[in-house]
Amino acid sequence: MNRPLAEAAVIRCAGQTPAVLEACGLSYAHAGIGTIFEGVSLAVRRREIVALLGSSGCGKSTLLRVLAGLEQPATGSVSFLGEPLASPHPRSALVFQQPSLLPWLKLADNVGFGLDFAHQPRAGKEALQGRVAAAIEAVGLKGREAAYPAQLSGGMAQRAALARALAREPELLFADEPFSALDAITRAEMQDLLVDVVHRWHSAVLLVTHDIDEAILVADRILLMGGRPGHLAQEWTVDIPRPREDHPEAVTALRLSILGALRHASL
Amino acid sequence: MAGILLPLLPLAGLLAAALLWAAGAGWLGAVTPVAASFSPGPTVDALLQLLQGRDLWEHVALSLQRVAVGLVIALLLGIPLGVLTGLSPLFSRTTTPLFQFARMISPLSWMPIAVMVLGVGDAPVYFLLAFAAVWPILLNTAAGVAQLDPNWLLLARSLSATRRETLLRVILPGITAHILTGVRLAIGIIWIVLVPAEMLGVSAGLGYFILDARDRLAYSDLMAAILVIGFLGYLLDHAARSLHRRWLHA
Ligand SMILES: Nc1ncnc2c1ncn2[C@@H]1O[C@H](COP(=O)(O)OP(=O)(O)OP(=O)(O)O)[C@@H](O)[C@H]1O
Ligand SMILES: [Mg+2]
Repeated sequence: MNRPLAEAAVIRCAGQTPAVLEACGLSYAHAGIGTIFEGVSLAVRRREIVALLGSSGCGKSTLLRVLAGLEQPATGSVSFLGEPLASPHPRSALVFQQPSLLPWLKLADNVGFGLDFAHQPRAGKEALQGRVAAAIEAVGLKGREAAYPAQLSGGMAQRAALARALAREPELLFADEPFSALDAITRAEMQDLLVDVVHRWHSAVLLVTHDIDEAILVADRILLMGGRPGHLAQEWTVDIPRPREDHPEAVTALRLSILGALRHASL
Repeated sequence: MAGILLPLLPLAGLLAAALLWAAGAGWLGAVTPVAASFSPGPTVDALLQLLQGRDLWEHVALSLQRVAVGLVIALLLGIPLGVLTGLSPLFSRTTTPLFQFARMISPLSWMPIAVMVLGVGDAPVYFLLAFAAVWPILLNTAAGVAQLDPNWLLLARSLSATRRETLLRVILPGITAHILTGVRLAIGIIWIVLVPAEMLGVSAGLGYFILDARDRLAYSDLMAAILVIGFLGYLLDHAARSLHRRWLHA
């Protein structure tokens, strides 16, 4: 179930399995702070949900931005669908901790935001409208297309943010603690929704979280990040059948394994 | 009970002011007889007269046009400078003391120089109004840029937005609420500066009308013009407020 990471990294850098995202030997340094993470190698395969778990401040968000092509690494390389990544890929999408909807746009326009930008793949107006409608329907906001963000609850706004990402038909969805600002009940709903829609959209997900239970319930694979500068410490493949709530023993065992790693590793 | 009376309170305030006005004019009238023409009765008569004629309307139209021109100039200068101030720490550091300095100079103190340089006519009035209005617009625009949600910019970058797309689709709409706050403050200032600015070198407008009424010793007309100025200013402020509310959909 879990294997030493160095070995895994070597296999991945060789790049034999078709991966959506592959990163090799990444490090990142911030001018004022110094090295934020180093020696990070990872891969996200098609349709795979990978959770990046780690304590506060270990560099998860920074790593996510590098992997998304929003920042350039100091060393190492990122490739997306086999191509070296220099800028954000049109088939990737972001979801943040805050919905960050544009308050001057109706929900439907928020969901479709940017699909018509110059560097996005050309698509007919009707095709785009269809994608927006499908995304809104999938997150359960059908009928609220004309609502403005100020008129949506926190949970609904985060659903809209998820729909905005889905409308791009992403090969890979980057999500940075997308549910940590929600109440427990809404969070559980959103976790189920996320798994459901990314399966239907055939998207892979890289989910940053510091909630162990969220990682276990949602992910196919869990990467543990820690230390200063941050690095990947350990990984688990989660092969518990869904819904995972129905397998409490396996969930508990994995949970204890992760907690043990957190305690023993010098994170 | 309170629910029924609450909407009437503003009216009560206005009524109280009218009573005080009548009492004050009556008391003043006992000392200087000419003050009788300041009192509510003659003022309302004069106002009705003026509203039926064409003169006042022409002065009002001209003043409002000057407000619009001054505001547009202030927007054309204030928004780009504000965006630059908000985006570039270097520009902001360079210009902040200068702007804070210039902002504190009453625009009217420029009036003699403006008339000397720009000649008599509309130009110095436009200059004074724009100069008065540019600061709240500039400062609010800069504050709006500083308060943009960083995730919006990240979102734009994740969409590989061009500079133009980022500016037109994220930054400008994202700061519009702040710009509208600036516009509202600017209108308030313009409206206050307008009347004295129109007292020099122009031959029409509400400021001119006030001076002209004084010269004609038509004090009821003068009071009526004051009422009109207050009422129009109220309407302008109200319009700016509702624009702001509508934009936010709150
Ligand atoms: N712009 C910045 N200015 C100053 N420090 C920064 C900046 N960006 C990141 N850092 C620092 O770099 C480190 C990594 O930050 P990062 O946001 O990637 O961590 P994180 O794991 O996502 O944390 P969290 O769980 O709190 O979101 C932290 O110590 C943070 O304080
Ligand atoms: Mg973070």
